[in-house]
Amino acid sequence: MMSKKIAVFRREHFNAAHRLYNEAWDMERNDAVFGKCNNPNFHGHNYELEVKLVGETDPATGYVMDMKVLGDLVKEHVLKQLDHKNLNLDTPYFKKLNPTAENICMVIYDILREKIDIKFELQVRLYETPRNFVEYPA
Amino acid sequence: MVYLTRLEHFNAAHKLFNPAWTREKNEAVFGPCANENWHGHNYELFVTIKGRPHADTGFLFDAKKFSKIIQAEVIEKLDHKNLNVDVDFMLGKMCSTENLAMAIWERLNSALPAEVQLHAVKLYETPRIYVEYFGE
Repeated sequence: MMSKKIAVFRREHFNAAHRLYNEAWDMERNDAVFGKCNNPNFHGHNYELEVKLVGETDPATGYVMDMKVLGDLVKEHVLKQLDHKNLNLDTPYFKKLNPTAENICMVIYDILREKIDIKFELQVRLYETPRNFVEYPA
Repeated sequence: MVYLTRLEHFNAAHKLFNPAWTREKNEAVFGPCANENWHGHNYELFVTIKGRPHADTGFLFDAKKFSKIIQAEVIEKLDHKNLNVDVDFMLGKMCSTENLAMAIWERLNSALPAEVQLHAVKLYETPRIYVEYFGE
């Protein structure tokens, strides 16, 4: 019999301040490229995070993964580092990397990929606003 | 009486921090919101006016003009800003959602034409927290 795969999703949220700029560029060029997102005093967002796992259910539990365990993993390893933080100043990830939604999403993926069994496919979707969201891997 | 609501949005950084208190007391009262390096939100703003529709137009107030007033008085001042640092009408105030909603009311109440009656300012700080102010 072919194995049946199913996707499970866990939604979490955090908020943070950030600034988009390239330190190799002058202020004019940063303003031209990043617009209001280059405000030196920062701005911020409510981020909504969706973590997707694809795998087979465990016959003993009926679960792909216990969602409480997945939620706790995201809280412990992602939200603790990002929630109510300044992404540029308070986290180790964006000292050289611009904290765009794309880069934040890939950072979150890398953090979680190390913590989640490789037998599960992992995908991360991150909403920066209700209208802008990204997904990795594509 | 009919009520018309316009929905706008902006995002901003802020912190909740009372300069008269020690850092320890700020952290005890405001928790992670007192982060000295700021955090931020996507704010959703609902502005409601009330009155009777004009006989000639059927409108309470032109929704496009209504939006332009909110944009000029509120959104341009707040969007992609640091509420504690960049916003003249919040300087010296605690940047709570409550105080921000009341400040938005004052600005809009002054800017709207006399025949338009402001009813409510509803401001979401997150999808799960909002405040309402009716000018009372």
